[in-house]
Amino acid sequence: MDQGFFLLFATVSVIAALMVVLARNPVHSALALMACFLNISAIFVLLEAPLLAVIQIFVYVGAIMVLFVFVIMMIDVREAVLQRFLPGVDLPALVLLVLLGVEMFVLVLWSDRFSVTEPVAMRGGDEIRQLSTTLFSDYLLPFEVASVILLAALVGAIVLARKEQR
Amino acid sequence: MVPLWWYILLGVVLFVIGGAGVLLRRNILVVLMSLELLLNSVNINFIAFGRYYGDFRGQIFAIFVIAITAAEVAVALGILVALVRNKSTLKVDDVTMMKG
Repeated sequence: MDQGFFLLFATVSVIAALMVVLARNPVHSALALMACFLNISAIFVLLEAPLLAVIQIFVYVGAIMVLFVFVIMMIDVREAVLQRFLPGVDLPALVLLVLLGVEMFVLVLWSDRFSVTEPVAMRGGDEIRQLSTTLFSDYLLPFEVASVILLAALVGAIVLARKEQR
Repeated sequence: MVPLWWYILLGVVLFVIGGAGVLLRRNILVVLMSLELLLNSVNINFIAFGRYYGDFRGQIFAIFVIAITAAEVAVALGILVALVRNKSTLKVDDVTMMKG
């Protein structure tokens, strides 16, 4: 049951990810990326992390992808659609990618640390309460730093995208 | 129950696809989207390990990764808009202003 759902979501997300990279039109890439994020959030549900699944949908699908689509609409992408796909494939980059993939694959299949099948039992019920208690007590300083970084990014993005007044 | 290495393998496949997008595509928008894919595959690993070893820190790190990603995308798209306004190009190869 679980395995069937996992295989379904994983297959769809990998196909969507391939479409992100292979699509000519950036709008199609953005829509495929949205599908990929939705499937990844379904995988988070399978991992019993419902809070992360909801955050994934809100932040990625709701905010980041809308930002992307907005910028695509602002910029003229017609020229990008016409340009030749992968002008002269970069051979060193391709070799590097294949090596990286094979290395990670072999490591995952050989190491016995990854062959755990049964998750350790969680400390009983109400996981979100425990998660938020940990987040706001032990990780309070990183949380505040993250909020300051978000504020700085907000101001920086506005300053960067503003038209210069002369 | 799904074994842990299935999730890790999914993360590996998504990471390699995202890396291919960053290294092989020339369109800046697609490069940025592939970057999102890379960060998401890492998030899958964080949450899977956190779940299988009974540790909350995986989920907490994933929350921080998502927050930093949101900041990164906002700044990157701001730079992109400024770039298109000044140089009117979307190709990575044409952006060599910082080359000495």
